[in-house]
Amino acid sequence: MSVTGAPRPRRPWKGLGRPRGQPSSEARAALAPFLWLAVFFLIPFLLVAKLSLSDVVLAIPPYAPQLDWSDGLPGLIAFVRALDFEAYARMGQDGLYLAAYLSSLKFAAIATFILLLVGYPLAYGMAKCRPTVRQALLMAVILPFWTSFLIRVYAWIAILKPAGLLNMALEQIGLPPVDILNTDTAVYIGLVYAYLPFMVLPLYAVLERQEAGLLEAAADLGCTPFQTFWRVTFPLSLPGVAAGALLCFIPMVGEFVIPDLLGGSGTLMLGKTIWTEFFSNRDWPAASAVAIVLLATLVIPILLFQRQQTKMMEQR
Amino acid sequence: MRRGPSAFNIAAIVLGMGFLYLPIVLLVIYSFNESRLVTVWGGFSTRWYTSLFQNEQLLAAAWVTLRVAFVSATLATILGTLAALGLVRAGRFRGRTLFSSMTYAPLVMPEVILGLSLLLLFVSVGVARGFWTVMIAHTTLTLCYATVVVQARLVSFDEALEEAARDLGAPPWKAFTLVTLPNIAPAVAAAWMLAFTLSLDDLVIASFTSGPGATTLPIRIYSAVRLGVSPEINAISTLLIGLVATGVIAAYLLNMRRRTPGR
Amino acid sequence: MNGKPRLNIGAVRSSFAPWADPSAKPLVRFDQVTKRFGSETAVDAVSLDIYEGEFFALLGPSGCGKSTLMRMLAGFETPDLGRITLGGEDLAGRPPHLRPVNMMFQSYALFPHLTVAQNIAFGLRQQKKPKDEIAARVDEMLALVRLEGLAHRKPDQLSGGQKQRVALARAIAPKPRMLLLDEPLGALDRKLREETQFELMALQQRLGMTFLIVTHDQEEAMITADRIAVMRAGQLAQIGRPAEVYEAPNSRYVADFIGDVNLFEAKVTEDDGDIIRLVSPEAPDGLEAIEDDEIALGSTAWLAVRPEKMRVHLDPPPSGPNRLEGTVADIGYLGDWTTYLVELPGGRTIRAARANAARVVDRPVDWDDKVWLTFAPDSAVVLTR
Repeated sequence: MSVTGAPRPRRPWKGLGRPRGQPSSEARAALAPFLWLAVFFLIPFLLVAKLSLSDVVLAIPPYAPQLDWSDGLPGLIAFVRALDFEAYARMGQDGLYLAAYLSSLKFAAIATFILLLVGYPLAYGMAKCRPTVRQALLMAVILPFWTSFLIRVYAWIAILKPAGLLNMALEQIGLPPVDILNTDTAVYIGLVYAYLPFMVLPLYAVLERQEAGLLEAAADLGCTPFQTFWRVTFPLSLPGVAAGALLCFIPMVGEFVIPDLLGGSGTLMLGKTIWTEFFSNRDWPAASAVAIVLLATLVIPILLFQRQQTKMMEQR
Repeated sequence: MRRGPSAFNIAAIVLGMGFLYLPIVLLVIYSFNESRLVTVWGGFSTRWYTSLFQNEQLLAAAWVTLRVAFVSATLATILGTLAALGLVRAGRFRGRTLFSSMTYAPLVMPEVILGLSLLLLFVSVGVARGFWTVMIAHTTLTLCYATVVVQARLVSFDEALEEAARDLGAPPWKAFTLVTLPNIAPAVAAAWMLAFTLSLDDLVIASFTSGPGATTLPIRIYSAVRLGVSPEINAISTLLIGLVATGVIAAYLLNMRRRTPGR
Repeated sequence: MNGKPRLNIGAVRSSFAPWADPSAKPLVRFDQVTKRFGSETAVDAVSLDIYEGEFFALLGPSGCGKSTLMRMLAGFETPDLGRITLGGEDLAGRPPHLRPVNMMFQSYALFPHLTVAQNIAFGLRQQKKPKDEIAARVDEMLALVRLEGLAHRKPDQLSGGQKQRVALARAIAPKPRMLLLDEPLGALDRKLREETQFELMALQQRLGMTFLIVTHDQEEAMITADRIAVMRAGQLAQIGRPAEVYEAPNSRYVADFIGDVNLFEAKVTEDDGDIIRLVSPEAPDGLEAIEDDEIALGSTAWLAVRPEKMRVHLDPPPSGPNRLEGTVADIGYLGDWTTYLVELPGGRTIRAARANAARVVDRPVDWDDKVWLTFAPDSAVVLTR
């Protein structure tokens, strides 16, 4: 072939030439999803915030005050007056909430660290393979992500339970049985297992893009393979490390299914607390207050994640 | 990154893949176990699959789940494609930051928060919870995934193609349907599949937003799982995994063939 | 520019000059067209006429506004000020799909999901032409660009040169009033690019279609175009036939952008009608050039001399104006040409080029040789800006 590859034209002027206040047809196309998200994502959050200031009552729905628009402005004032921070106050007084909060952060942080230790070598190994093998391995990592989360967590119950497959295997090789199910260990195993694809994919994405020339240059300049890794490969993969860590840490803090199915009664996590307050105790204001606290904790990581996401999308 | 994998690399791959697949493989094997006891192999049998298809409750839940997934995935794909177009093509517009925040946030937002907030919305406007509320909730959740998938394709799509179509006499909407859409079709299909599977899979948000008569399969499985391991759940899990794996691998192979045309 | 017989060189179609005919109506007229992107002015009050049957080139470095000018004609950008007319009709408000011009894109923009034939038929389909007419026109186009056997290939099964020809055929097929070519050969390698330049020219002559090409490659513009407009920072620096722009640049910018040039900053000391004399510290015996226009005595001017118009001497030539002295700092052997970099006593380096007309030279010029450079007064151009 006698081409040097058609360059993509740069468009630095994109979106700048349009007179102000006159949206393009593409911006108008985005109006429908914009409205959808405003109604079904943004407004619901305001409702959670409002409800966290309400009191719990035995009624349907089980909270007060209720805003009644037919009363007009006085009704609104009375409504606002009746809001208070009682749900938050109860959270402060009950040590269980604080314990759940701290333990959620601890679970998420430790699991993220283990995920890095497990995911990095896997992603690194994948990136070293031949392209065809790489494609197949990538597929193999993505596949579990598509299969049911619930089912994958469930699969571990059969393995970890006292008369389960793990203990059966231990018995075969003459080792004493272990009692893991319904402990924190089981929760860690579940978290690492379920979130591994989320860690491997962003890591693999940055490692695969690294040029072989970089490693050869480092070696040429006198680095041993280990030094090359520490001084070239790893620093260059940090954006992937950050993306993977955020992608795992944020949802893990609010995880419900894993602590509920694999953890014990002593396993405290906020996702579980919200669920229990809501479904078992029917204390909707408390559930909302916990959700607001959880959200407030995650605001900074979520913003970091969004910035990274936007940057990656615009770089490509 | 050439020069082939070292022994350490291969060990990492083997262990990692083993960790990812061992539980699934065991689950599939034990779904064919004659014995009710999980740890005892009672011989090969498909009796749990037979009993599955006689379980009216489970079948009803499966039917609800498929309907919800189909409608919400379709809606999410349409909205997600529009959102991706806005994010990639529209350049700067008022509210762009808010818009991109709202599209990326649900990717990492803990599901309990999403579920709870949507439930409060439905309660406050007095909508009875059921099929439509789950559908709306799933559309909201999967919309952002669909956006990201289509966006990734649109970013690498040469806009000059659409300009060429307009230059050759096609009005804007025709340029989009004749040129852009056929070229991003694989990504749109992938977005739909991802949205469909996520909806099929979701337990937490469905638990908050569904009502009587709209119990989905994951809710049924969850309540069964809470009672302990049963071969029947293994069987339905195997079916679900098989279904998704076939779909994903087929889509992958199709995509591969498209990319390497015969010379 | 009249009354300069020495400029009548190398014009491809010297009889074709509609721009010199005051009664001729232009096909396209840009009238004081301005386009801003944010705070940046991409096109700054450009006025330009292009005539029926012309091969017109917009030449300039990237970011000079040449592409924007073309995109405004195609309808992809809207001018902030001024107007563009085609055949006397104002194009304002007309979307791209309703304009009778077609564009060949830099990236070719071939539709990857359609075959070669379907790509070529795309514009004809939009015109709602009958099926058999489309088929006939597609065949005609395939023959024109010599791609008869490839009608059913997809774009990714084509080589770069073939893609380029499909893009060309697709843009010509709907018979536009004017064909716009945006860096049409930028993606081809050198050899293929040269061949294709001549092909484009022949094609344009055969079709009698008006071509507007945008390019940053001066060679491409020189070879193909009847007239060249050199652009700089959104403005037109000079318009003219290739030979005019090369031999009689109107500014240092144009002289430097098109080809290599040696510039001497000098003071005008004498102007006796045709011949202007100047002094410069670099030329001990003074400088001399032929120039009709009057230049104020005592003002600063620049003498532009092309390297190939410099003569290199190993023995000192008789003293007189336009004589420089220096040592050979570097020699670039290009096969057909040799370029000598000669360092003047002041430290500046001057380029001189010599055609290698003979295989063996008695006394080759060597590194560090002391040499003298001379040039004829009619080889130099006096520039005042």
